Amino acid sequence: MNKNLKTLTNGIITENPTLRLVLGTCPTLAVTTAAKNGIGMGLAATAVLICSNAAISLLRKVIPDKVRIPAFITIIAGFVSVVQMLVKAFAPSIDKSLGIFLPLIVVNCIILARAEMFASKNPVLPSILDGLGMGVGFTCTLTLMGMIRELLGNGTVFGLTVTANHITPMVIFLLPPGGFFVFGMLVAASNALAKRNGKKAVEHLGCETCPMASVCQKTNCTESEVKA
Amino acid sequence: MNKVTAITSILLAGILTNNMVLSKFLGICPFLGVSKKVKTALSMSIAVTLVMVIASAVTWPIDTYILKQDYNYLQTVVFILVIAAIVQLIEIVLKKYIPPIYKALGIYLPLITTNCAVLGITLINVQNKLDFVSSLFNALAAGLGFMLAMILFAGVREKLETADIPEFLKGLPITLVAAALVSLSFLGFAGIGG
Repeated sequence: MNKNLKTLTNGIITENPTLRLVLGTCPTLAVTTAAKNGIGMGLAATAVLICSNAAISLLRKVIPDKVRIPAFITIIAGFVSVVQMLVKAFAPSIDKSLGIFLPLIVVNCIILARAEMFASKNPVLPSILDGLGMGVGFTCTLTLMGMIRELLGNGTVFGLTVTANHITPMVIFLLPPGGFFVFGMLVAASNALAKRNGKKAVEHLGCETCPMASVCQKTNCTESEVKA
Repeated sequence: MNKVTAITSILLAGILTNNMVLSKFLGICPFLGVSKKVKTALSMSIAVTLVMVIASAVTWPIDTYILKQDYNYLQTVVFILVIAAIVQLIEIVLKKYIPPIYKALGIYLPLITTNCAVLGITLINVQNKLDFVSSLFNALAAGLGFMLAMILFAGVREKLETADIPEFLKGLPITLVAAALVSLSFLGFAGIGG
């Protein structure tokens, strides 16, 4: 049981997918213009992550090794379509603000990476817990980033006015440059915390955890890490 | 004449005002991961542009004539499978018939399957109900925009290698801050081409 608990908390703090593994950067930057969108995106991805981890773990002995990536993508795409239809039906406003990033959960590296690294090698229960942990970690980071950007850029948090009446909001934080900047600062903060706990700082994008790492050995993306 | 204006505005929007990477946040992984050197950035973006245009050319007829309005919900599944198949096919064809290009671009192709820029552009094409020719140009513009961003950023990063960076920003944070500044410069294009 203790091991299962560790699997669960692993994704939330030690291996936070966005800040420690640096996966799923695209939605992290794109949808975090408001805290509400961050939560919406995070929950949608969590639902897909749990379902796909469970399905892939059940099928792990059936899927031939050679075609595993296409098989994983198909399974993930199926669940994404389900989530997409549910969101469209029950939360149309979230669907509108997430836009194209909702179907793009299919190519979110976190989901494929967890399928490849965890679900295809572990039994169902740990895989579900891993999906849940990673999903919660992703949701927390996205919400935090959404709150920071919303507060600085719009003076509100979750739509409630906080500083808007006292300080003129800095709209730049809602625009793309603000996204890159806030994410950079969050990674710097998480690095500083990791260093204090005696862990290595994130130097690079999460290549070693990238599902495609085995096929792109020769690009300069992995070159430095293969040597290191 | 109207057609020409429309296509010009698609190209301008795709390359400058609605830049794939810097304003729509598609394809961030290769943007941050494969942009250490100008040469690799260029090869990667050529491969991405190629796949984007071919993928748009294939997914548009599928969506218009097979999926239509009735099977809209299958878009995501069908598109990603088609893209995966196309990437495999391009790889095989290049390997067999044009080995020099395969040698230069081949290693990037597997990465492109899971690149959200490619799936993104095919979905944007059908969601905005663009016609066939506009879709192709939209994909081309997005690819060229990706290339421009990659090359500019690779240049900035080559300079960063020798820069004196504060300890806490070293590594990924400074890369992101640099990306923020490059993206800030692209804000200046807003308004061009309507």
